Amino acid sequence: MNIPVRMYPLVILVTATLLAAATAPAVADGKRKPSPADPAWQEECGSCHIAYPPRLLPAGSWQRLMQGLGDHFGSDASLEPQRAAAIEAFLVANAGRSKDGVTAPPLRITETPWFRGEHDEVATAKWRSPAIGSPANCGACHTQAERGSFDEDEIRIP
Amino acid sequence: MASRIVLFQLILLLAAAGPALAADPPGIVPATQAGGDSGSFSAGRGEQLFTTRGRDWSCATCHTADPRNPGRHTVTGKAIAPMAPAVNPERLGDPAKVAKWFRRNCKDVFARECTPQEQGDVIAYLRSLGK
Ligand code: HEC
Ligand code: HEC
Repeated sequence: MNIPVRMYPLVILVTATLLAAATAPAVADGKRKPSPADPAWQEECGSCHIAYPPRLLPAGSWQRLMQGLGDHFGSDASLEPQRAAAIEAFLVANAGRSKDGVTAPPLRITETPWFRGEHDEVATAKWRSPAIGSPANCGACHTQAERGSFDEDEIRIP
Repeated sequence: MASRIVLFQLILLLAAAGPALAADPPGIVPATQAGGDSGSFSAGRGEQLFTTRGRDWSCATCHTADPRNPGRHTVTGKAIAPMAPAVNPERLGDPAKVAKWFRRNCKDVFARECTPQEQGDVIAYLRSLGK
């Protein structure tokens, strides 16, 4: 490849940016665990809402969700069986730890005690305000939710 | 038999995707013209379906009544890129994707799947919209 010398800084800059983007671990929760990604999951589970990171629910919850995609919170989110199985495997492999309880695994992140605890300072009325609409609309407040990042300093409540 | 022809034309319609079609005259989709009554798609009917309310929603609920505009998922609030290929060339290019979303969204809106005829009409409508 013949690149004129005056272009070198640009080439280096572009390469460095690409590398940084490729290697920077997507910040997990406050603890900055790297957040794994999977193209099929990103595409299929990130179309109607952000692709909720697998660590936010235990394996049993993801299994229940994936069994019921035909009626998914009132919407049809059905998938070809093979694709659904591959996504389920990804979700289960990267799931959060379950609290060994007697209750059925929750279907909603927003109904877990963990979520309620983290969000106890958000007023009830706020959740249904027009700019937010639903607690499941993480991206309304977590500006980097699309990347799987929920850092405190990225929160802007509309 | 008639529905087979419509289905075949729908496939042709989808296969002939791409920016080239965006320049076609309003309301006319090349693959639809030879088909006669049973097989022809109508942008006008497509528009009507697009704005018809089923149970709680119409297509326009999330995509707006002008599919050249960006929409918003009415439950989750997520932004939806425009549906008209004239402003969003990625639309209608992948037949499997188109089939998947017709299947799901027709069930959400009308509590049933849309017929190939209806799907072709809606596609004709979306393609008929210029910039
Ligand atoms: C056709 C649209 C659609 C697709 C595709 C979709 N979802 Fe959803 N999902 C929804 C809707 C609508 C809700 C309810 C949102 C609300 O109540 O605000 C939802 C909610 C959820 C919730 C609960 C959020 C909460 O309240 O904590 C989870 C978890 C979830 N989806 C996971 C998935 C997974 C995993 C996939 C991919 C297999 C997926 N979704 C694909 C539409 C979709
Ligand atoms: C109404 C705005 C709003 C919405 C919507 C929202 N959050 Fe939050 N979130 C907050 C606030 C405020 C905090 C508390 C930050 C703090 O402790 O100072 C928080 C905290 C968090 C934290 C802990 C961050 C940390 O660094 O301690 C996580 C993880 C989180 N939210 C995930 C989510 C997820 C996942 C969703 C969607 C299912 C969501 N949030 C929806 C406002 C929101």
